[in-house]
Amino acid sequence: LCRCTPGDGGSGKTSMRSIIFANYIARDTRRLGATIDVEHSHVRFLGNLVLNLWDCGGQDTFMENYFTSQRDNIFRNVEVLIYVFDVESRELEKDMHYYQSCLEAILQNSPDAKVFCLVHKMDLVQEDQRDLIFNERQEDLRRLSRPLSCTCFRTSIWDETLYKAWSSIVYQLIPNVQQLETNLRNFAQIIEADEVLLFERATFLVISHYQCKEQRDAHRFEKISNIIKQFKLSCSKLAASFQSMEVRNSNFAAFIDVFTSNTYVMVIMSDPSIPSAATLINIRNARKHFEKLERVDGPKHSLHMRMR
Amino acid sequence: MSIQYGEPDMAGSYGVVDSFPKDFGYGGDEAGIDDDSSASADTQPRILLMGLRRSGKSSIQKVVFHKMSPNETLFLESTNKIHKDDLSGSSFVNFQIWDFPGQVDFFDPTFDDEMIFTGTGALIFVIDAQDDYVEALGRLHGTVSRAYRVNPHINFEVFIHKVDGLSDDHKIETQRDVYQRANDDLADVGLEKLHLSFYLTSIYDHSIFEAFSKVVQKLLPQLPTLENLLNIFISHSGIEKAFLFDMVSKIYIATDSSAVDMQSYELCCDMIDVVIDISCIYGPIEDGGAYDKESLAIIKLNNTTVLYLKEVTRFLAVVCVLREESFERKGLIDYNFHCFRKAVHEVFEVGCRTQRNGDVGSPSFS
Repeated sequence: LCRCTPGDGGSGKTSMRSIIFANYIARDTRRLGATIDVEHSHVRFLGNLVLNLWDCGGQDTFMENYFTSQRDNIFRNVEVLIYVFDVESRELEKDMHYYQSCLEAILQNSPDAKVFCLVHKMDLVQEDQRDLIFNERQEDLRRLSRPLSCTCFRTSIWDETLYKAWSSIVYQLIPNVQQLETNLRNFAQIIEADEVLLFERATFLVISHYQCKEQRDAHRFEKISNIIKQFKLSCSKLAASFQSMEVRNSNFAAFIDVFTSNTYVMVIMSDPSIPSAATLINIRNARKHFEKLERVDGPKHSLHMRMR
Repeated sequence: MSIQYGEPDMAGSYGVVDSFPKDFGYGGDEAGIDDDSSASADTQPRILLMGLRRSGKSSIQKVVFHKMSPNETLFLESTNKIHKDDLSGSSFVNFQIWDFPGQVDFFDPTFDDEMIFTGTGALIFVIDAQDDYVEALGRLHGTVSRAYRVNPHINFEVFIHKVDGLSDDHKIETQRDVYQRANDDLADVGLEKLHLSFYLTSIYDHSIFEAFSKVVQKLLPQLPTLENLLNIFISHSGIEKAFLFDMVSKIYIATDSSAVDMQSYELCCDMIDVVIDISCIYGPIEDGGAYDKESLAIIKLNNTTVLYLKEVTRFLAVVCVLREESFERKGLIDYNFHCFRKAVHEVFEVGCRTQRNGDVGSPSFS
């Protein structure tokens, strides 16, 4: 489940969903209105994962209703609970109360679920206060969540933190992530790549990566995701989408291409003298191997995510 | 004064060749183009940005030439003296852009008409379309008539600006109205010969880049030659459209003769953004840039469109739009491109030589 604190409707959870899944960029979300009722949508993710997103309005009455009437239905078979807190909320007590109710429900119905907390809208906090406030919240949440353990993230739609949080969450959901990483490493070493990134196809979140040496820019994953997303939006204006990309200068060569049915791959070569054709053939051959990996993995997982 | 590149000379470089020329080599030396022609500030051509207070002049300059995000321009302070922006090091647009404060007073003795207008290639007058523009039209009239008397060769460009908030009908209506009134005012004082060009612009979309592209193209003596070269290049390579872009400002200084489709232009601008951003992350160069001689990019879309970017000079790149089938003959395209690139360098070398020989009368690019 993905839960959100009751804001005045503008608590950001709709913005969050829109940016990650429906390809809006941060700038466009200001025009989204407040959610009045409950919105329920399915999002296909990584092919055989289905996210159920429950987006409830900010009104308390809905919250109460859901808890009494729908509780067991919603909280059963949950893999992941993602609860979003508005850092600016003036009703901390109530927020924590609702959060705890959710946790109780989880403990009863899906005790093995992983719990993630997003402290959202961090951009509205003064820069020098951010660490302090986040750490405080993290402490409180960890304490409240016992015996369950929760992982906390600080997020904002206006910088890379949101992507990073979702990437981390998604990373833990991928069925055979260790195997994926091993194979990615082998692939990268064989083709002598400096770095190889694997993106989920719909959201362009980085789900796995390999690097053979220190890279300058620690925030590059989020930046690349944003760059590509931006370009995808431009293409969509022409009712098209991009398939592959090659970018070079004298220092590097980068290849972005469709990989498996659910992923894109980005290969970075620091030896630009290796001809493009060689790298592209290698990517094409690796594709079949990785497709096989994907098919082997476990039965369908169903994630219920609820937002408020 | 346009430099005509004779057809017979061109034919040799890419026509049917019996045997591979022995001195043919990719990436020859580029001594000519990269030397900065040291034109002093007095002789460097100028573009003037004028208009009423808060019409958007400084924002335009920042967004087009300094990569400022349009949202950030809200925080720009008022300009209170003439700001001279020298772009020769970073951009192909080798002009000085003079950004005037809104309340410039012509009758102030320190405002030297002669000096300012003589060396000017283009005067851009910015009118805020969201505001009442009667006063702006008055100022426009005063400014252009004064400038025309000093230097009748100036290109007068009117940007009807901030149109992002207007509906399409309103835009057309505004343009028509401004056109009518401005020309009527000029006719009243006998200045019918003074030609004004009008553009609908906004910093929140690509229209400002498109407008600036046209302004800069008019000042480029090599434009017909470059267009010709582009035409020849694309017709022999199966390319649909090609733009010669200034990488820093995303202004295109030349394109082939087929119609310019704004969507294609915007897509190419976005491609440049992607290329520069990715290059900055993975392949930065010492001076902080990311664009060098080997810069190249290929983007394939799912509707058989291919975008192909290749470096031409230190500041310029050509971005081609073509079909996937045509792109299969990449070897041919690359060979033709090599000839094209060499020709472009030669064109600008002539410009350099002319300038060095003391011809500083007309605005020129180096």
